Amino acid sequence: MADQTFPIPDSLDRSPSRSAALLEWLHSWVVTVDHKRLGILYIVYATFFLLVAGAEALVMRIQLAIPNNHFLSPETYNEMFTMHGTTMVFLVGMTFIFGFGNYLVPLMIGARDMAFPRLNAFSFWMTAFSGFLLYFSFIGGFGLYGMGSAPDISWWAYAPLTAKAFSPGHNTDYWAIALIVSGFGTLGAAINTLATAFSMRCRGMTLFRMPLFVWLLVVTSGLTLITITPLTAAQIMLLIDRYLGGHFFDTQAGGSATVWMHFFWIFGHPEVYVLILPAFGIANEVIPVFSRKAIFGYPAMVSASVGIAFISISVWAHHMFTIGMTSVSNAFFVLSTMMVGIPTGIKIFNWLATMWGGRIRFATPMLFCTAFVLQFLCAGLTGIMLSVAPWDWQLHNSYFVIAHFHYTLTGSFVFCMFAGFYYWYPKFTGHMLSEKLGKWHFWLFLIGFHVTFDTMHFLGILGMPRSIYTYGADRGWGALNMVVSIGGMIQGIAVLIFAWNLIDSYFHGPAAGSDPWDAWTLEWSTPSPPPAYNFATEPVVRSRRPLWDLKHPQDPDWKYER
Amino acid sequence: MSSVPIFVDENWRLPSRGRVGMLALIIGESAIFTIFVVAYVYYIGASTYGPTPKILTVPYFNTVCLLSSSLTIWMAERAIERGRIRAFSLWWALTMLLGLVFLAGTAKEWARLIGHDGLTISTNLFGTTFYSLVGLHATHVVVGLIGLSIVMILTALGRVEKRHAERIQVLSLYWHFVDAVWVVVFTVVYVVGR
Repeated sequence: MADQTFPIPDSLDRSPSRSAALLEWLHSWVVTVDHKRLGILYIVYATFFLLVAGAEALVMRIQLAIPNNHFLSPETYNEMFTMHGTTMVFLVGMTFIFGFGNYLVPLMIGARDMAFPRLNAFSFWMTAFSGFLLYFSFIGGFGLYGMGSAPDISWWAYAPLTAKAFSPGHNTDYWAIALIVSGFGTLGAAINTLATAFSMRCRGMTLFRMPLFVWLLVVTSGLTLITITPLTAAQIMLLIDRYLGGHFFDTQAGGSATVWMHFFWIFGHPEVYVLILPAFGIANEVIPVFSRKAIFGYPAMVSASVGIAFISISVWAHHMFTIGMTSVSNAFFVLSTMMVGIPTGIKIFNWLATMWGGRIRFATPMLFCTAFVLQFLCAGLTGIMLSVAPWDWQLHNSYFVIAHFHYTLTGSFVFCMFAGFYYWYPKFTGHMLSEKLGKWHFWLFLIGFHVTFDTMHFLGILGMPRSIYTYGADRGWGALNMVVSIGGMIQGIAVLIFAWNLIDSYFHGPAAGSDPWDAWTLEWSTPSPPPAYNFATEPVVRSRRPLWDLKHPQDPDWKYER
Repeated sequence: MSSVPIFVDENWRLPSRGRVGMLALIIGESAIFTIFVVAYVYYIGASTYGPTPKILTVPYFNTVCLLSSSLTIWMAERAIERGRIRAFSLWWALTMLLGLVFLAGTAKEWARLIGHDGLTISTNLFGTTFYSLVGLHATHVVVGLIGLSIVMILTALGRVEKRHAERIQVLSLYWHFVDAVWVVVFTVVYVVGR
């Protein structure tokens, strides 16, 4: 009897109840400082707002499908295009790039976490809060038409429309404060990315052995530091004008509405490159792996990226050719804008040369990247057309401009994000995305994209201005607008297929294994999904393709790389 | 699969993440200041009514205080690097004192401008640009002082040691930045703009 044990009641672990387990699980996601979990939070958040902002775009397209439509009131239409633009740029674009960056940068450079894990969590929650703040205006914002008024000043918010006299109530303040808060989150993420890439690399990972995705995130973060902050400064000025009776943009007191335009576009144009450079980074990883060749012209790719960043901070006034600048300023901004074509051209030729002679596998990520190269070329060409001031005078604020920048942001940025999803989803979750649904997604989205945005170019040349809620039947824009709207619906269906694929494959997708694509960068050396500590032992690399060296010990890259 | 071959590279050195992070923050902050400085310069003489920059008096004493705080904090950095905690805490306290004197001077200047000259942020364009630029800098001084006082409290509790020298130096970088920005603000507001 003596060695019989008598357990004290309640001293043993009992399996927690279902609700307690759920609470624990939620709590673990809220308090996490793990770069992988934060990366997933960023990406889930961005995907959610992609669906929201996409729905806003579809609502606008329903309104514009036929002339003199009354589906939306003019006020609601203004709110829709303001929220669509703001959401897509700040809540979808910025969060996608820092989501992928957060997850992948430490894994790719052989680190166990970001440089500042707690700053990382802080940045994410600031960003998340800004989105909820912006969307709360739909319920709580007091605007020109009473309660429940979202911002209706368009995403560039030109003065003096934002002055208290023309935008009474608080919906404009929701917009300004949300962007300040999201700006702080972005600044934190950029600082963290830079510190990680410079100070956390594993042994042997010199700057010129970093994967190009990491390089592009470094360039983007550097650019973020000097482009998001002017926006924050301008928003502070706007709030001073609105709340403290300041006169920055008050023309009657000697202020200038043009100054707002300058400040906004000093942010606004580099912002496009902040978004597109990480998209290039994804293409730089996907295209070599699916062409079975090392990237062509690695140093040229790096210098072209840095070159784009440098040139991009001196082109902003090409958004303002119609305000009547001097001919010297016009000439300067025409030439500097055209110069962007040189480094981007280098990139396109490098991608083509990477594919050239390769054994190309057209899996879904590669399909998206191939379409991206072509569409980015078209976007660049219309960009050069618009950089010519007299051409811009004709087409400024027309649907031609809308078509041009949706070619860069949808045709290039979103296509690369989808490529990134199909490429890294196995690493994030341990399950492959369905290739069959992926192909449906790709082809429907491709067709929908071209039906929508190719047609928009013609509408622009026919003189249809942007930001109008309807148009007369005698203008002759009806048929083309119907085509654009149908294309929008096709894209909407494609994105729904994608969303279904994300959910379904998480539960039923085939197991991925650690390296489903036979790739070469360090993240594929970890299990899928990687453990919290990423690498059991700190990896050591000797070339740009460490896993190639490992898989081909008789023919390693470091013999040839110099 | 996580077995990448290992070879020894003894000369593997990376920059400190604190310094890289702080430098990145400083670059971002510089861009914010650039926008406010550009606005100030662009709007010099643009006010259509009300007081002009002629009413400003040059804050020499303030400027000397703030700029010399850069020297005292550098002495503090050197002291902690050599493990002389007592000297460190004295130099650190002196730095904070100089920062507080600067803030008090600014408060006095503003009180005179508001009470005597009737210049507020909403009076005219000069008031708007002046208070926002100088106020933005003063805000940075306040944030810096909060950072400095946290270190001061930890020092008083005996929690700061020689091994924290690098963190102290990273924080000091921010203080040096705040001082350097004052040189720009001073030049623009009190030399060029007056």
